[in-house]
Amino acid sequence: MSEKKLKYVGTRPIRHDGVDKVLGKANFGADLNLPGMLHGKILRSPHAHAKIISINTAKAEALDGVLAVITGDDFPPPPSGKGSVEGPQDFGDMARNVMAREKALYTGHAIAAVAATTTRIAEIALKAIEVEYEVLEPVMTLERALAPDAPILHEEMRAKGEEPLPEGPTNVATRTVMGFGDVDEGFSSADVVVEREFTTETVHQGYIEPHAVVARSISDGRAEVYCCTQGQFMVRKYCSKVLDMDPTQIKVTASEIGGGFGGKTVVYAEPVSIVLARKSGRPVKIVMSREEVFIATGPTSGSHIRVKIGVKNDGTITAADATLNYEAGAFKGSPVMAGMMTIFSPYRMDHVRIEGFDVVVNKPKVAAYRAPGAPMAAFATEGVMDELASQLGMDPVDLRLVNAVKEGDTAAYGPKFKVHGFIDTLQAVKNHPHYKAPLGPNQGRGIACGFWFNAGMQSSANVILNEDGNATVVTGNPDIGGSRTSMALMAAEELGIPVDKIRPVVADTESVGYSDLTGGSRVTFATGMAVVEAAKDVVRQLRERAAQTWDVSVDDVEWRDGHAVAMNGHADDHEPLSVAALAGSAAKTGGPISGRASLNARGPGPGFATHICDVEVDKETGRVSVLRYTAVQDVGRAIHPSYVEGQMQGGAVQGIGWALNEAYMYDEKGKLQNPSFLDYRMPVASDMPMIDTVIVEVPNPTHPYGVRGVGETPIVPPLPAVAHAVNQATGVRFRSLPISPPRVLAALDD
Amino acid sequence: MAIVVLPPALRAAVEGSERVQVKAENIRELMSTLRERFPLLEETLDAGPAVSIDGEIIADPFLEKLEPDSEVHFLPQIGGG
Amino acid sequence: MAKTHVITEVNGEEAEFLCEPGQTLLETLRDELNLTGTKEGCGTGDCGACSVMLDGRLVCSCLVLSPEVDGRKLETIEGVADGEKLHPIQQKFLEHAALQCGVCTPGFVVATKALLEKNPDPTEEETRYWLAGNLCRCTGYDKIIRAVLDAAAELRGEA
Repeated sequence: MSEKKLKYVGTRPIRHDGVDKVLGKANFGADLNLPGMLHGKILRSPHAHAKIISINTAKAEALDGVLAVITGDDFPPPPSGKGSVEGPQDFGDMARNVMAREKALYTGHAIAAVAATTTRIAEIALKAIEVEYEVLEPVMTLERALAPDAPILHEEMRAKGEEPLPEGPTNVATRTVMGFGDVDEGFSSADVVVEREFTTETVHQGYIEPHAVVARSISDGRAEVYCCTQGQFMVRKYCSKVLDMDPTQIKVTASEIGGGFGGKTVVYAEPVSIVLARKSGRPVKIVMSREEVFIATGPTSGSHIRVKIGVKNDGTITAADATLNYEAGAFKGSPVMAGMMTIFSPYRMDHVRIEGFDVVVNKPKVAAYRAPGAPMAAFATEGVMDELASQLGMDPVDLRLVNAVKEGDTAAYGPKFKVHGFIDTLQAVKNHPHYKAPLGPNQGRGIACGFWFNAGMQSSANVILNEDGNATVVTGNPDIGGSRTSMALMAAEELGIPVDKIRPVVADTESVGYSDLTGGSRVTFATGMAVVEAAKDVVRQLRERAAQTWDVSVDDVEWRDGHAVAMNGHADDHEPLSVAALAGSAAKTGGPISGRASLNARGPGPGFATHICDVEVDKETGRVSVLRYTAVQDVGRAIHPSYVEGQMQGGAVQGIGWALNEAYMYDEKGKLQNPSFLDYRMPVASDMPMIDTVIVEVPNPTHPYGVRGVGETPIVPPLPAVAHAVNQATGVRFRSLPISPPRVLAALDD
Repeated sequence: MAIVVLPPALRAAVEGSERVQVKAENIRELMSTLRERFPLLEETLDAGPAVSIDGEIIADPFLEKLEPDSEVHFLPQIGGG
Repeated sequence: MAKTHVITEVNGEEAEFLCEPGQTLLETLRDELNLTGTKEGCGTGDCGACSVMLDGRLVCSCLVLSPEVDGRKLETIEGVADGEKLHPIQQKFLEHAALQCGVCTPGFVVATKALLEKNPDPTEEETRYWLAGNLCRCTGYDKIIRAVLDAAAELRGEA
């Protein structure tokens, strides 16, 4: 860890892509049009659960202006066997999600697709496709999915994991148990035990830009894809799996991305547009409507969680036990495992048992959503902690301080924690004026904590020194919230070039080395690490060029603030050489200078946050208003503090929306009743106060500048923080989200 | 000897133990030793689990060095948002 | 289907196009006039990403039919800056880091300009209610509100 004073890292320059974005010139997913381009539309199932008996596309194909109609038969068989599963992704399921084969598994499941000369003709053609369904009973809740007589989504599904498991066909994909110690012994030594059940509804990431893609098929078997995505290399890989192509045959260019929050970490329309382009021989653009985004992409799991925690009278936790049931949607793969691994992680405990079920229901297959699985788990644990604090007559922050994990403590999911700033966030909350500010009538205050792992993974970067002595920084990660400028700041620091003289670029899949997607709060950490290494490579070459110029050893040349400086007795013989001078003479000293790095970043460093929330409850209408909110988080080091604050503020407000209003509402047939921004009520400006932030910096020793991931952790504490504030204002403990006006009124009436 | 800590689901594969000591200098050695000693672990190891080594989570472990007292946990792969 | 001939003024210049009766102004701006700075977030008037000024009034262009703009004046995000010189609202959005992904930004800039033309000295609350029709999922609104209030002060000559 370098202790030298930093010149660029930690400053707040204007972002490099900012001017284009405020002018409306930045190109997002839907902004590209190609000559001869067709418009694609997807036919979606009107039924939540149905067998597809037949699809007749003849009438649609016969329409003027329709150039291609496709169904599941136009795709290769879904991948199976070896190579069809990679980490949490099952490409067989992904292929069936992209285009239904035997069954429609949620309202909105893609059944067929059309490419036509105009969107209106494409819409007319969709209506001309005849589909015969055998409608089955939809499974819309965890309770129904787990019932012995439940309809089965996947006849071949057998529960995996720890015994006892359901026998025969089931909607339980996995049952997992983890933990250590002996919880019975732990609870028997407790003075107070609280056990409660919590539920959360299906919610959507709610990015403002709908999914959009333009694909071009090239007759030699290649394809070019332009789309809004969190990972151009992810799109390349997933399309190659679903379409049985070599990844190298697919070029993917990521457009600017209008939000993702995890929802753009998989493919939906991208493979469909390639197949339509191949069949029609023309480029095909597909832009989803908002309704399609709601019914067919995202969301994250509805959940049911039981938590039991025992404590001594001094607050020390003696044991903790939890059962988590998460909806996966139509295919296995809910984030229940991450829920299990985060649910008790902020606290030290000797006896713990955690059981989790991954359950399929007739809703869209869930996609990652900001700290996937963790917010609902924190809602449950923090809810029990808050109740324990009030039963013990303890300040809720003090109860956390008694139990908070420190460096070297064992996390509830097994490993020992490395250095982190959780306790620093708790102390910052205790010392914050917000925590002691007076409250009025019908007002309440809540605090809650949150944990997320953060990710490292693979990244590549090229740093190219240009002939004017400025640099281009090329990476393979879509910039979803200002990361380009963070890359430039770290390169500026290494090279000694002003940050506004550096051009950070997000390259397509043919112009930079493989990079895992933008997600897991990993870009500033992992891709930043690659940028730093590539910049160091450039500095090494610059020192060599200066050594050649001066005819001294490279060991006698130091790099200081953008200049090569002669050392060790040579200082008087040579004036320092600037980066511009060295770049200008590069032709003589060996040619152009560029550096590169590709790596698999280790040691992302855990992220902890503690939030304070004040609310006022209108007892006439049941409306909960957030009056004041403070988010405190250990970020390692803030490379661009404004965008770090922005992540903390945005995550907090997304979490507040989840706590107070957001929820998918289905009718009994499994049709979503609120697939619009009018009825799926996300926070608007007038709902929110300013969101105060306190950046705690406990550097992560594995990153050259101490970075930890930032983006996901801040959505974890708000669910419980809001609920605790409402409890203080009303005396009612809400254990089901959202805490919407009708529920508040009903609870107050009781 | 590195210490491998196993979750409840995998303990049956190692004759019920929670901890297994393995002589290995890196993860590759550790994995091949585990395969030899405990054939029932093969399916888990083939699935490509993440590991943590002394608290650091690694999604694609292979040549990471192990200290004589390193603690290794097998973990599921976690996706971020 | 017979198309309608429309002559309108967009950002001070005459524009002429043919459209179907049911074609929205948003579709026309983006697909016929290549003014893709105006974004579609919902198509139902709930998100404000497609905000434009029609005869000096803030509207969602997804709710306006193209034939309706015949003989009227439109201002879009492309008309806010003075050539290469950013409008103070745009400059303040950059200085305050009031955008993360940036897809809602054109709508916010247009809506803010409409607010400040009507009310040069809005309170925080007035600003929040005026902008309640513009959704942002990234920022939590904090930095947007600060940028708007700072831009208002600058336009009043106070900053």
